[in-house]
Amino acid sequence: MVGSGVIGVLALQGAFEAHREVFRRLGVASVPIRTPQELEAVDALVLPGGESSAMLRLMEPQGLLDRIGKKIQGGLPVLATCAGVILLAVEVTPHQKSLGVLDVDIQRNAYGRQVFSSIEPLIFNPAFDGTVTTKGVFIRAPRLTRVGEGVEILAWRKEDPVLVRASGILAATFHPELGQGSGLHEFFLKHMDRPV
Amino acid sequence: MKNNEEKYRVKVGLAEMLKGGVIMDVTNADQAKIAEDAGAVAVMALERVPADIRVEGGVARMAGLEKIQEIQKTVQIPVMAKCRIGHIAEARILQALEVDFIDESEVLTPADDENHVNKHLFDVPFVCGCRNLGEALRRIGEGAALIRTKGEAGSGDIVEGVRHMRAVQRGIRTLGILDQHELMAHAKEIQAPFELICWVAEHGRLPVPNFAAGGIATPADAALVMELGAETVFVGSGIFKATDPEPRAKAIVQAVTHWQDPGKLLEISKGLGEAMSGLDSGKLTTEEMLSRRGW
Repeated sequence: MVGSGVIGVLALQGAFEAHREVFRRLGVASVPIRTPQELEAVDALVLPGGESSAMLRLMEPQGLLDRIGKKIQGGLPVLATCAGVILLAVEVTPHQKSLGVLDVDIQRNAYGRQVFSSIEPLIFNPAFDGTVTTKGVFIRAPRLTRVGEGVEILAWRKEDPVLVRASGILAATFHPELGQGSGLHEFFLKHMDRPV
Repeated sequence: MKNNEEKYRVKVGLAEMLKGGVIMDVTNADQAKIAEDAGAVAVMALERVPADIRVEGGVARMAGLEKIQEIQKTVQIPVMAKCRIGHIAEARILQALEVDFIDESEVLTPADDENHVNKHLFDVPFVCGCRNLGEALRRIGEGAALIRTKGEAGSGDIVEGVRHMRAVQRGIRTLGILDQHELMAHAKEIQAPFELICWVAEHGRLPVPNFAAGGIATPADAALVMELGAETVFVGSGIFKATDPEPRAKAIVQAVTHWQDPGKLLEISKGLGEAMSGLDSGKLTTEEMLSRRGW
């Protein structure tokens, strides 16, 4: 399982320490990733929340985005949250560069500005075997505007898909690292090493 | 409606997202676009940058609302705006405008010389400045979701920022060596809420993110305050008062991420043109020091 390898957390900007803290609570070590060299040593990767445009600017000068894309295509398991999902999507609104490795389209800040950020109940796919928190923390969250056929929806916020997986990618538009449980991280460690 | 505990978690949640990213002062939509393209994680919409407030004098107030709206329309990243210390009505207006964060800031002329806003009463998160741990915990007690050390805004001189960050970190470390029975006396001494003193003593950090502001003019300045424990930086006059704002903005963004890598800092710091000229903050009188505002 992923838990036996090295977990890298992209640490350019955003809530990377919050993710590392969840892994620490689970007794799992993680390493911060800021350069392509550091990326080479990891067996799984977390793309945290933050501002996707700022992360893109921090990846550009060192070719880190393309390197991450190649690693994911090569089977690197990924847990992406919020801005991390934006980096993986096919089309981003308003348009910006993305990897296109997860067959979804996404709209940034789709629920409005910070005063509309909130903690919302989640509805889980009955087929989903993970034990996860029942509420999602949504911070200036993006919305999946299209979910491709090969992408399985694991949870919704009302009608909106907010947790999906495809192959080795587990993607949440909310922030499990800011929630009170660690269920989604445990699910990632247990299940995401093999394609579904 | 959101309950209070959830409301506060959502406020601190946005502050968490800003960590490691640079928040830049901007005075119009063009500057906001430059900031976003350089990799800023948020912009602070202002009428005048602090360096100009110093030179021009007069009462410094909340920015023009049309200007803030124009900036909101231009960028996707969070837009912050400043209200005067204790100016409840400016804060209400900024919340109605749906700014993403309000900075109750000593850079503007204070509206109340005794009280800050009770920030728990708002849905929008607040950031406040501090010079030491007691001041940080008073602001958090009032509901601030993010703390920044004040430094001396508009000076281009990092010495006050260093002093304040060191004071906060030293204050936190001091709590770590105190006996449980000494905490109330210490709370009394530094004039901070007892419950927050206990929290910091137990966890060894502030309960909200801790950023640095005031006097940051170079990538090295940014790396310095990161080394002292800042989780990211606000840059005010340092960018748009420099000769060449765009490369400097980009360089400071890179420096905050790579502050532990001297080789990268060396590359980042080359070819940036002149930094803002600045003021020696040691020569400012007490009345001229913006960081002395706030109580």
